[in-house]
Amino acid sequence: MSGEQAIFCEGIAKTYGEGEAAVKALRGIDFTANFGEIVALVGPSGCGKTTLISIFAAILSRSSGALQLAGVDPDAMTNQDRTIFRREKVGFIFQQFNLVPQISVVENVAIPLFLRGENRSEALDRAEKLLTEVGLHNRAHSRPSKLSGGQQQRVAIARSLIHEPSILVCDEPTSALDGATGQRVMELIREQGRRPDRIVVLVTHDERIYHFADRIAHMDDGLITRIVTSDVELAALQAVAFEKGKIK
Amino acid sequence: MRLIALKMLFGDSAKFYGILLGLTFATLLITQQAAIFVGLMSRTYALIEETPQADLWVTDPTMQFVDDTKPMQVTALDRVRSVTGIEWASPLFKGLLVAKLPNGGRQICDVIGVDDATLIGAPAILLQGKVEDLRKTDAIFIESRGAAKQLLQPLTADKNGPKRPMQVGDELELNERRAIIAGIAETRPSFQNVPTIYTTYLRAVGFAPANRRTLSLILVKALPGQNLLELQKRIQTQTGLTAYTPAEFSWKTLDYWMTQTGIPINFGMAIVLGFLVGVAIAGQMFYNFTLDNLRYFGAMKAMGATSRQLLNMVAVQGLAAGVLGLGLGLGATALFGLMIPGDRLAFKLTWHLPIISTFAVIVIVLGASGLSMWKVIRLDPKEVFNG
Repeated sequence: MSGEQAIFCEGIAKTYGEGEAAVKALRGIDFTANFGEIVALVGPSGCGKTTLISIFAAILSRSSGALQLAGVDPDAMTNQDRTIFRREKVGFIFQQFNLVPQISVVENVAIPLFLRGENRSEALDRAEKLLTEVGLHNRAHSRPSKLSGGQQQRVAIARSLIHEPSILVCDEPTSALDGATGQRVMELIREQGRRPDRIVVLVTHDERIYHFADRIAHMDDGLITRIVTSDVELAALQAVAFEKGKIK
Repeated sequence: MRLIALKMLFGDSAKFYGILLGLTFATLLITQQAAIFVGLMSRTYALIEETPQADLWVTDPTMQFVDDTKPMQVTALDRVRSVTGIEWASPLFKGLLVAKLPNGGRQICDVIGVDDATLIGAPAILLQGKVEDLRKTDAIFIESRGAAKQLLQPLTADKNGPKRPMQVGDELELNERRAIIAGIAETRPSFQNVPTIYTTYLRAVGFAPANRRTLSLILVKALPGQNLLELQKRIQTQTGLTAYTPAEFSWKTLDYWMTQTGIPINFGMAIVLGFLVGVAIAGQMFYNFTLDNLRYFGAMKAMGATSRQLLNMVAVQGLAAGVLGLGLGLGATALFGLMIPGDRLAFKLTWHLPIISTFAVIVIVLGASGLSMWKVIRLDPKEVFNG
């Protein structure tokens, strides 16, 4: 599966509203990503990152253009089928974790399986195993509020992976964390998330985690302006830092 | 996901207890006030229920309710007795008289005078004495509540000293005439909540101030197999009086109190207040609970939860809160009814009232859940990417 096209988009546009009030959020995105990759979408606020990741997560329809996610066009599906597609094929990591505070950590991790109607005890067993893999086995029955930010994001990572999705979308996964914790969370995403049959799409402002991506797509004003590998990006960032005197 | 929904509800203890308190309090207010209203209203026709022997109650046509005595001439009894299809017809006196007590006190009493010959209309349950004792000279029966409350007698010369209930053998005066207590009866409390005195019809007429018209009511028993509706019509046609079945007379009495007094409005307002308390506290808290959890519902929607699954979760939460609140509220109402003595407070928890309360709670929960569901349905999963 690795190397096969996971995301294909050509001329993707998205317009909110109509007439004079219309806002063009995306103005023709051409982008391809393969399974096995980690791709970062970066750019200033309002450049269309959230809109694009929402389209990649099959929760938002495009206005025009061609799109294939894991070989299918989500806009050709009924709403019900799109929901099932997300449930089966997409994993989510949110900026604010979105762990349900009233239930235990292990139940939070098992939610995607509960949504699929899987047997409760089997789902909880799988969730516990995954929590072991992210190093939180001993906190399985704690409430999320008892965990640190980093631990909560690790729980969210486990939740995003429990149903073995083909597309893992991560929305600012480190923005609510300090630098060191953010690095550890990204290491975990890379360790646990990267699979030959999975694409990881990352939206971030955090330059410190750019190097975890294989490729970085820079966006501005609804367009992808350039796509570079992380080596090139890192070199460019270092050059900028050198110019600003941060590196000597 | 239902278990998750319940855990979400129970896990937010501040809101859960708020919702529960609101629903419990609303149920308690609605059911308790309605039970007191029903209890109070049922007291208005207590005499009719206490006199089950009669198939028909014959009254002056202008009589509006059972206590609205419009005395008829005694000849009315003979006119009724002459109507075919009647097994027997008995006179009944009913009137408020002032009793002078042995300690010099005065107390208004409801005097019921029953047929001298048959004693039809006498109380069915006697705690002391026998029905026949009513035939003794100057004999009266008093009911136990009045004997133990309004008619209490001091044990010593000190009026403020210890007191005892009136008992068999005690004497009192009705309109300057001696009356001797020959029995203590147990009867249902009346709406007026004054002591009830039973005696014979002629003795009651003697106690009452002189009046040409002394016949308050006529109790009629139909011959076996007699069509009551036809008999009613015959009595009305031939005597010019009105004949009611016990059910009709009870309803007529109830209708008077319902339409001619402000009592239903007062209780209705309390019940509406209970409903509004439910809406204001429980409804709003439930809605806020959903709003607080909207981001988690949104995350679930993004992760592939169908609208149906999410609505199911909200419905389960609403149902759980509703059932628990209703159960606690009804339990508290029943406890209230058990703790308050029946003679002090009219309280009648009929089977209709829990149904009405259930309906009210359903409306509150449906309203709150409906608003919450509307928010959940309209929830855009894309919002979860906005931090």
